Parts: sequence; C-alpha cells; structure tokens
Amino acid sequence: MAKYLLLKHYKGAPAAVNDVPMEQWTPEEISAHVQYMNDFAARLEKTGEFVDGQALAPEGTWVRYDGEGRPPVTDGPFAETKDLIAGWMVIDVDSYERAVELAGELSAAPGAGGKPIHEWLELRPFLSASPTITECH
Amino acid sequence: MDEALLRSLTPSVLAILVRRGADFAAAEDAVQDALVEAVRVWPADPPRDAKGWLVTVAWRKFLDARRADTARRRREDLVEEEPTPGTAPTLDDTLQLYFLCAHPSLTPSSAVALTLRAVGGLTTRQIAEAYLVPEATMAQRISRAKRTVAGIRFDQPGDVATVLRVLYLVFNEGYSGDVDLAAEAIRLTRQLAAAIDHPEVAGLLALMLIHHARRAARTAPDGSLVPLAEQDRGQWDTKLIAEGVEILQAALARDRLGEFQAQAAIAALHADAPTAEETDWVQIVEWYDELARLTDNPVVRLNRAVAVGEADGPRAGLAALATLDDSLPRHTAVAAYLHERDGDLTTAARLYAEAAHKATNLAEAAHLTRHAARLNARLRG
Repeated sequence: MAKYLLLKHYKGAPAAVNDVPMEQWTPEEISAHVQYMNDFAARLEKTGEFVDGQALAPEGTWVRYDGEGRPPVTDGPFAETKDLIAGWMVIDVDSYERAVELAGELSAAPGAGGKPIHEWLELRPFLSASPTITECH
Repeated sequence: MDEALLRSLTPSVLAILVRRGADFAAAEDAVQDALVEAVRVWPADPPRDAKGWLVTVAWRKFLDARRADTARRRREDLVEEEPTPGTAPTLDDTLQLYFLCAHPSLTPSSAVALTLRAVGGLTTRQIAEAYLVPEATMAQRISRAKRTVAGIRFDQPGDVATVLRVLYLVFNEGYSGDVDLAAEAIRLTRQLAAAIDHPEVAGLLALMLIHHARRAARTAPDGSLVPLAEQDRGQWDTKLIAEGVEILQAALARDRLGEFQAQAAIAALHADAPTAEETDWVQIVEWYDELARLTDNPVVRLNRAVAVGEADGPRAGLAALATLDDSLPRHTAVAAYLHERDGDLTTAARLYAEAAHKATNLAEAAHLTRHAARLNARLRG
C-alpha cells in the first residue's frame, strides 16, 4: 500500500521510441490516444488503485514573495525551461513492481501510426504522511 | 451513541446472515446498510436490543436487495425463501470472518480494506479517508476483494498468522483523517483474542498496547518525531503498559514463543526503564537474537545492531551493521547514529543527510535532516 506519482513530461524526459509530436498525428490517432488514457484510468478505478489524474497547461508563471506589504513578483514563462511537466496520475498499489507494471502500460499509449509511443514516464514514490510506529534513533 | 459498540456488533450480525443462507458479499452489504441506518435512527430512537435490531434490519436490507436483483433479472417466479432458523453465532463465526477477510488469495491492501469493513464495521468512506484515496477507489477495492473470496467456504479453517499480519498493517498505518487506525487495530485484535486462545494473538495485542501507550510522547506539538531516548516517560500511559505486560507474561508462560511475543518483550523492556539510561540493553539484544531465530526479516538484524551498539558500544554496533546489506531501509540512518555515538561527527552528518534523502516517511525525513543540520552546526562551531 504505497502511493506513486506517474509523471508525464512535455520536455525533459529522454526521447520516446515513437517520437512524433502530437500535432503531426492524424485526428484519429489523437482520439485513439485520448481513449487509451481514459480507459487506463477507468480500469485503475475498477481495480481500486486510482487516486488522481490531472493534465497541466504547458505555460505557467513563476511567483515569489517580495517582502512584507508588497505583492508577489511574477515572471516567466521561460521558453528555455528544460523540464516541463504535462500531467500526472497518482496510484495506490501494493508494491513497487505493480507501479512499474502500470507505468509500463501507460507508456504504451498509442501515438503516430497507432503504434505505442514508448514514452518515458517518471515514477516517484510518495513520502508517507503518517508517522511510523517504530521509533527512530 | 457509542459508535465503537455499534461496530463491535458487526461480525456477529454478519455471521448470523451468512448462517441464514445469505452469501457473504450480499450479507456484508446488507450489514453496512443496517449500520448506516442505525447511525441515523438510534440517537433519537435507541433500540432495547441493539443486536436484534441490527439483525432484523440487515436481513430486511438483504431481502430487499435480492428482490431488486431478482426483479432486474426478470425472474419473478423465484419464490422468496423464509430465513432458515440459523444457529446462534459463536465466537468461531467471528474467527471465520477474520480468516476470510485475511485470506491468502487477497493482496495486503485488499485484505486490510475488507477486514476494516466486514469485521470492523467502518464505512467505505471512513476507510478511504484513512488511506487517503477516493471513496470510489476504495469501494472498488472492497467489491473486488469480496469477489475474490466469493468461492471460499465460510467455515474453512484459516491461518492465524495471515490475520495477524493484516492487523499489524492496520496498526502501523497510524492515524490520519478522523479514523484512528491504530486504535481500531487494537480493538480488532482484542476481539480476535477473545475468539481464539493463541499466544501470538496475545503477543500482537501486547505489542500494540505497549507501543500505543507511548503515542503521546512520540511526537512533539509541532508534529516532529521524538526518539525513544528523548521521550518524556511521564507521558507514557502506564495503564496500557501494565495491561500489555500482563497479557505478554501470560502468553510467554505457555512457552510457545513467536515473532510478536518477542517483539512485545522488547517493547516491554523499553517500557520498563524509568530513564533511557537504565534500559536493559543486554536483555534486549538477547531478545533480538531470539527474534532473529524466529524470522528471517533483515530489519530485525538492523534493529539488533542498534541494540548491540547500546549494550557493547558503538564499535560493536558498527561491526554488527557491517554484516548487513546496506540497501536495507534505515540502514544509513542506523549507521549515522552509531557513527555519532562513536564520535565521528563528520561521517555521521553526511550519513544523516543521506538517510534523510532515502527516508520513505515525511516526519522521518525531517527528523534525519535536523540531525544532519545539528551536527553540521557543531562541526562549523
């Protein structure tokens, strides 16, 4: 029983095997891809392993505190950002092996030519929130 | 209304329905519905016989559901059966329910969810909140678990060890949300101990009670961890400790030692020390040796290295640690601690930072980072 984040990148991940940008796919290929993602999430709901899934707009704003009484400073977006997150899925599974298996399935979503994209997904374990019972030293 | 009392009736009500011929999955749904109804109705109109009320309502819910099901399948000709007068449920029924919900065909997370619902009487929403997953996800997990055990006969004998593992998992989850899973695990283990006379069930109950007794002392007001040696022992719940020790002594006297009894014995030795300095580390090492004979769990040998470090000095602890696989969880944290005790602050600071990086728990990561920061400040000063 551990939660994992499956992270999908616009930029920053190693190149996929079937590395054709989405805007060059056919409309049917895009539909097939979206359908695959929805089916995947629905299947995880049925197995009782789904926690959350969200997609992010590619462009965002950087924000930081600028001192007492001043509005926060905003900046960006920066075109040169190396790492850009496209979206995520959070799963709650029994083992690391199961998390890898599911990430592998998600990476098989169809892309150009209806073939799996083989894209790289980043798998990150959550730090558990509840304190463990055994004492630390 | 005492919700814990209400929920304590869950297993026996469920067992009555199963004995009357309802299949487990449908009976379990019906009992849940009856519990929800009880929470709604009882505050204004408490029944004289709580269990009788639950049985009546649950059986009616079961019949309603079956009728709806039958109608849906257009089999109106199916004659509604009168409930067969089942024999009164016994403690054995409760035990069978534990076995079924911890059946080896279930994954650990499914067994935990099913146990909390069918034995514990918690709602799907409460379980979902405790495990921080959406309610729909938990509902699916539970219904899959019920399908998995659908073909298993209710009266098949099970393995107590699998039940204990499930209860221990629930206990270790601690408390997040409004359901106190540690307290719930204790309640379910108490109930199990009443249903079966088994020294390891007693051992697990003793272990939970002694650990639970230290709960208030284990975290500072800001939520940070307080290690055993630094805990305010005045905050320990001496009543719970006394109860745990008594249960443990009775179990140990039967001379059928098991893993949980040995762990409880170690917890009891810690609880017995008026100050951290007075801890009987020599005896604790002996118990770890015993535990290592009972289980091949490498975490036991890791904890043993800590105890050796206290009993025979940090060098001896480091020597014990050197024989273990350094990829074990918390290996680096233990190494950091022993190096600090040995006076090698530079190595300790580096290892604490590394251990914080590897920690799987937020509070533990913060705790280890604080140790690294403390040593780095001393090294600079």
